[in-house]
Amino acid sequence: MADKILTKHFGLENLFKIDVYMKNDGYSAVKKALSGMKPDEILEEVKAANLRGRGGAGFPAGVKWGFVPKDSEKSKYLCVNADEGEPGTFKDRYILNHNPHLLIEGIIIASYCVGINTAFIYIRGEYEAVALRLEDAISAAYENGYLGDDILGTGFKLDVYVHRGAGAYICGEETALLESLEGKRGNPRLKPPFPASVGLFDCPTVINNVETISNIPSIIINGADWFCKMGLPKDGGTRIFGVSGMVKNPGIFELPVGMSLKKIIVEHAGGMKEGKTLKAVIPGGMSAPILKADEIEINMDFDALVEAKSMLGSAAIIVIDQDTSMLDVLKVITKFYSHESCGQCTPCRIGNAWINKIVKRIAEGGGKREDLDKIIQLANNMMGKTLCPLGDAAAMPILSIIQKFRDELESYIPLGN
Amino acid sequence: MSQELTDRTIKKIEELASRYARKEAALLPVLHLVQNEVGFISPQEEKQVARLLDIKPIKVKEVVTFYTMYNQKAIGKYHIQVCSNLSCSLLGAESLIDHLKEKLGIGVGETTPDKKFTLTTVECLGACEQSPCMMINFDYFGNLDKEKIDDVLSKLK
Repeated sequence: MADKILTKHFGLENLFKIDVYMKNDGYSAVKKALSGMKPDEILEEVKAANLRGRGGAGFPAGVKWGFVPKDSEKSKYLCVNADEGEPGTFKDRYILNHNPHLLIEGIIIASYCVGINTAFIYIRGEYEAVALRLEDAISAAYENGYLGDDILGTGFKLDVYVHRGAGAYICGEETALLESLEGKRGNPRLKPPFPASVGLFDCPTVINNVETISNIPSIIINGADWFCKMGLPKDGGTRIFGVSGMVKNPGIFELPVGMSLKKIIVEHAGGMKEGKTLKAVIPGGMSAPILKADEIEINMDFDALVEAKSMLGSAAIIVIDQDTSMLDVLKVITKFYSHESCGQCTPCRIGNAWINKIVKRIAEGGGKREDLDKIIQLANNMMGKTLCPLGDAAAMPILSIIQKFRDELESYIPLGN
Repeated sequence: MSQELTDRTIKKIEELASRYARKEAALLPVLHLVQNEVGFISPQEEKQVARLLDIKPIKVKEVVTFYTMYNQKAIGKYHIQVCSNLSCSLLGAESLIDHLKEKLGIGVGETTPDKKFTLTTVECLGACEQSPCMMINFDYFGNLDKEKIDDVLSKLK
């Protein structure tokens, strides 16, 4: 168990209760940080740990915190992204459900470091039961003096609120999340300005994923060197890999950053279901370009996946078998993005709907020779041409599936069409 | 078919609004609260919420129509939402949706005549390790097959 950070105590009964959490060294990182460390020291430690964002983009957390202006007279905010909408991703649900105080502890330290007095946890609306558990945990933290006006007698003040979304994938995008938190439609904002300077209510704002923030307590207790050694020098710590699809043992597996994809699927997730053979893997949530069966001997870290022209994203691994048609996969993917496009940018709004229409026509037997090239053209017209990354997130898996499975897709188009 | 909000709900709305630097930021949680009490958000609820948060009713409508979880009309007592995204599709979500349609005698997006069940499909519910999965009201059910669905539905009164 020595190699686990976030799920280390998952075996304990009632870990979500504050007394159990505290009995297992819970809140010792808050005590250490608030009583013995200056905010700048914490910032340097988090920077040195090379903790990269676990939501998808992989931006170093310490660098992000460092962008918040120190001299601003405005209030500052922390928004924890618990929207978890990327298809295939379910890791944050485990942290929130089993270890909510670890997240709260991370929130307190991050807020103290950046000089924040109000934090919001934006959680997807469907996680109602999880949100209630989180609210109970927050109440317990207040009762024990870890939240409120004078935390542990240090004079530091922090309030934490849970804010439930209402069913929109786009609200996982950080600026759409801010709009949603302000009571509006989740239409992403133009960047710059970046949230670190102009975020929630036009104030400086830090936005981090649940898993990212939950790593902070261990960095404070054990130090940046320890954290880097857990993973890779430039990409520290562990990842919670979520495996789903055609494997024997789907679930979450907390493993060092850089673990081999093949090993995760074969050893941890138990390999393919009986009688099934591997066809393809989506390695980082549905937006990640697909890998073929012969491409899975790869290390699961941000840089290695970029080199393989895919991405680590949310580390959600979806395993696809030979009996599944790639046209069906494409149909599901294109339906999703056409449904979830917020509609603000034309290339994404029209492009995704159009691509989905073509894919459905092919599936109904009415495919034409030029269809695949048309989809490629439409997808290329979304890449880099929208306010937020949803256009890219749609284009990437679509383009990679056509590139890697073109012969199969063409076989669904009747000869002569 | 709308009703006035109870004093308790109005008080809760005021408490929610006080959490934010701008009152209207409480709109999403407030709409959850109202839907929980009334069942859906009709133009009348939109107006009431707008008044309580000092915003124009159109601002409420914009939000109600953007987010999929707000019902704009009455739905059944049990809202069955089946995931139709990738991990669930790989493991047979489509045949389960067909099974439910046949069993309930309704299409996707429809409600049974006795107002007991509404069937919809949803995008990823974030429970892919239990694919195929569905949500009934806010309860999750995973690792589904036809028998398990029959069993779950038979227990709903």
